[in-house]
Amino acid sequence: MSNIQYITGFATLENPLDIDSFVAKGGFSGLHSALAKTPAEVISEVKRSGLRGRGGAGFPTGLKWESVAGDDERYLVCNADEGEPGTFKDRFVLEHAPFLVLEGMAIAAYATGAQTGYVYVRGEYPHVVASLSSAIASAVKAGYLGEHILGSNFSFNVEVRKGGGSYVVGDETALLNSLMGNRGYPFLKPPFPTEKGLWGKPTIVNNVETLAYVPYIFTHGAEAFASIGSSGSPGLKLFSISGHIAHPGVYEFPMGTTVRELAAAAGGILGNLKAVQIGGTAGPIFDTAALDYPLDFASMRKAGGALGSGALVFMNTTVNMAHVLEVTMRFFAEESCGQCFPCRYGTRQLAFMANKIASGQGRLEYLDLMRDTTHVMVGASFCPFGQSIAFPLESLLDRFGDEIVSFIKQQEFLKEAAV
Amino acid sequence: MAMNGKGKAGETDDAVGNASISPNTTAPNTQIKYRDTLLFRLHEVQNRTRGKTWITKEELAGIAQDYGIPLAELDGIVSFYTMFSRERRGRHVIRLCDSLSCRICGSLDIYQHLRKKLGISRGMTTGDGVFSLEIVNCLGACSTSPNIMIDDHLISGLSLAEIDAMLDRLAKEGV
Repeated sequence: MSNIQYITGFATLENPLDIDSFVAKGGFSGLHSALAKTPAEVISEVKRSGLRGRGGAGFPTGLKWESVAGDDERYLVCNADEGEPGTFKDRFVLEHAPFLVLEGMAIAAYATGAQTGYVYVRGEYPHVVASLSSAIASAVKAGYLGEHILGSNFSFNVEVRKGGGSYVVGDETALLNSLMGNRGYPFLKPPFPTEKGLWGKPTIVNNVETLAYVPYIFTHGAEAFASIGSSGSPGLKLFSISGHIAHPGVYEFPMGTTVRELAAAAGGILGNLKAVQIGGTAGPIFDTAALDYPLDFASMRKAGGALGSGALVFMNTTVNMAHVLEVTMRFFAEESCGQCFPCRYGTRQLAFMANKIASGQGRLEYLDLMRDTTHVMVGASFCPFGQSIAFPLESLLDRFGDEIVSFIKQQEFLKEAAV
Repeated sequence: MAMNGKGKAGETDDAVGNASISPNTTAPNTQIKYRDTLLFRLHEVQNRTRGKTWITKEELAGIAQDYGIPLAELDGIVSFYTMFSRERRGRHVIRLCDSLSCRICGSLDIYQHLRKKLGISRGMTTGDGVFSLEIVNCLGACSTSPNIMIDDHLISGLSLAEIDAMLDRLAKEGV
């Protein structure tokens, strides 16, 4: 397994808010070399690197930047509304390598002509809001942000905004609505935010981790980045590893690293592995066959899932899958934004049935009813949130349906069997 | 990478809010653009004084006027986000994470313990007005599951006895 590190290399700095030690470690050298190129050259470098969005969707970053069009007033938004359960990599980056994100933002803004940047930090990370504000102030003072960056004609200001608690706002269109002081409802694309985003102006929304890898391309080169990882999914990736594992935490490995390798790197499974959820709560729950899956966009799609945010929650044999079903369906019901009917009503029905099952009042016909409800939601929900519920639900029923069926039967029997 | 709560529980980040809002007042903004600071403002008002953890009707009306938003619309915005409350909450808000990671690492043990100790369940406030108990879907700290947040502070890796001691201290502190 490769030992290449980038973000985690910077994250070892003793004081992550000390800009001098960041610079001494090679920080901001990517910004220097990017500013020596034209914005078009910068975009073409990012395209050649093959960098894809690390927030979940995996959209090619260079293409997104290139698609910015229209008005001269442009915005760059760093999506730090990390709400996907099991995911804590963006918190890690912002806490331990905040300047790397700011450097990536400056490069992205230079490439796309954005004058103002926002970092939208989820409300549950108040200390990140504070530390990031201090990092921005240091970067402005040192000339890496603000007016005439590094003596050039390029000016770019970054401000921090704080969310109010909402999972759906992690979607880029919902995030823009929230940033404009609205309910965090997603809106329909097209027009894409790169044409009409914040206040109707062209806006780039990139994930924290995506932006933190941008400087790599301009310090080590697009080829170096493209040579890491698997084809179609180049580069390094941060994985959030939690659950029944010896050393949970954030791990940085090349794309394409297998689940087994990651589990080993994190000290191994505690107990006997039963299941692993990949990509967050909106991702499938796999059985032990997942150990051999390479973690990259194409391989995970082939396996019937998605790489998502790169979250892995390991579950050992002590876990009751009826409980997993209940926790997951309740999550969807509570976090549905309520804008569209199929999701608002469907998630509540699913949570109701899952609650009944977990509390011993389940009926076998619920399982088919749950699948039917999910099919409607996949077809009719407004945004990916309501569609993604099929991943955890169907994978649970496909792989662990026998256990849930036997749980329901046993609970039914118990009602009559009491001595 | 221990991410235990630092500093004194009960602190708010008003200062941060102010510091980060101020640059925007110099930005070229129309009234509608000014709304990018709305959520910050709501946080700030909600935690205006030590021990206050909700937004009053009067405050909501004031914000609606400042931002030129109809009160009904603002009410809808506030109710959308889980961190804001239009109802009186305890001096300290305890948020228990019940994501899958926290659940399989013992979040229910903490929940049952808090229920017993405080005599309240999800969404309720203790009779003495000191604590409110909420369940949230992920605090983004799954490497230290199970996690709770007390006000602005992430609390991880504490035993039930240590959590008790912390709550007892907060209860004695007064406002």
